Amino acid sequence: MVLGLYNYWIVVLLMMIGFYIVIAHGNLIKKLVGLTIFQTSVFIFYISMGNVENGSAPILAEGLSRYSNPLPHVLILTAIVVGIATTALGLALVVRIKESYGSIEEDEIQIQDQLTEDKT
Amino acid sequence: MIAIAIVRTKDLLAVVMLTGIYGLLSASFFVVLDAVDVAFTEAAVGAGISGLLMLAAITMTGRTEAPKRHKPLLALLVVFVTGGMLIYGTLDMPYFGSFEAPVHQHVAPRYINDSMQEVGVPNIVTSVLASYRAFDTLGEVAVIFTAGIGVLSLLSLPQRRRSYRLDESKKELMHEQHMVVRIVSKTLIPFILLFALYVQFHGDFGPGGGFQAGVIFAAAIILYAMLFGLDTAKRVFNQTLIQLIAAIGLLLYASVGVVSLFSGVNYLDYNVLADDPVAGQHLGILLIELGVGCTVAAVMIIIFFNFVGRREAQQDANEQNSTELNNSHELKSTELKSTELNNTKQNNREGE
Repeated sequence: MVLGLYNYWIVVLLMMIGFYIVIAHGNLIKKLVGLTIFQTSVFIFYISMGNVENGSAPILAEGLSRYSNPLPHVLILTAIVVGIATTALGLALVVRIKESYGSIEEDEIQIQDQLTEDKT
Repeated sequence: MIAIAIVRTKDLLAVVMLTGIYGLLSASFFVVLDAVDVAFTEAAVGAGISGLLMLAAITMTGRTEAPKRHKPLLALLVVFVTGGMLIYGTLDMPYFGSFEAPVHQHVAPRYINDSMQEVGVPNIVTSVLASYRAFDTLGEVAVIFTAGIGVLSLLSLPQRRRSYRLDESKKELMHEQHMVVRIVSKTLIPFILLFALYVQFHGDFGPGGGFQAGVIFAAAIILYAMLFGLDTAKRVFNQTLIQLIAAIGLLLYASVGVVSLFSGVNYLDYNVLADDPVAGQHLGILLIELGVGCTVAAVMIIIFFNFVGRREAQQDANEQNSTELNNSHELKSTELKSTELNNTKQNNREGE
């Protein structure tokens, strides 16, 4: 059954939404939000690959034999925290851009850059 | 659904709220998929800290998004082509939850079957994170540390004296207004800190570990800073000390590796740290999780304090600008403003 692949389709859908926000919106904060959604889609992709039918959380205990794959969990666990740290760095850059350009809309920033280039 | 709402909404404040809900939803999704450790992290990060940071950022950058000027047809086309190709690619993927998938054949069986004898920690995620793949985790902690330094260099301001008198009166007003919130949260903070420590040191046996504990610990301190103002929080938690803790966490992690290197085995091989290999593993995992927790908590606090500090400085500058104009610093900022004005005028002319 092709329907058994539905988890990947959810991931692709989320990825498309995130990707769309990143390329179609001019606001830099909105772009960062889009990147976060994109990122989450990758997280869900990894975690859903690690899932096993009738498996349990990967904490060893008596009477359990089937666990879901711990490796994707480890990778994503660290990726989430690294993700927030890099997002914070991105937000910091946006704040500085706002301070020096007075705007966080992509096209307005480009116009200002154009103007300074013309002057020099 | 939430994601689609985020696309449509123009008000950035609502967008941030929606991202919080989105984070919480994906956390519960991870619980359903048996990834409890990941869900823990996502709940603390996605639903808590990330929303806060974005809020702090939009208070500085304005909360509405400009309307789009061009049609997003091309973007839609690109997105749908990529999505279509990816879906075509998934047709060869193993079915959801199937046990025979290639992912489960490679190293995972060894982690599941042998980690109890080799590492002696029931939580496989912790043993993989802190022992089998410790080198990888060291790199990740270094990335977090670097991001903290980056935010510090981008947003930190030179320390200067501020007029406290005005602030005090403002603060008192705020405190009277938010009496209930303040008292309830004040009683909650010790429990949050205690819970963070539990998560930190119980990570070997249940879901938890340095990353989650660090984020929860930072959340408690951020809550304190939100309730009592940044100045009070800065007086309680010395900034230099916190920066030092961030560095010490990473150093602790790396030096555990150096110790095992000097004992004649591979970097970050804990078997030699004690007489018994399993006890050595326990000690090693405990130490590096402590390092991770220190660095993550300190970096999150640094990031938040710098965002809010920047914002308060901006507000102060604005207030001073409106009252008097004799300071050289203010002169500079007004110059900046006038050039900005000129720029916008020019923009308007070009638009015409």
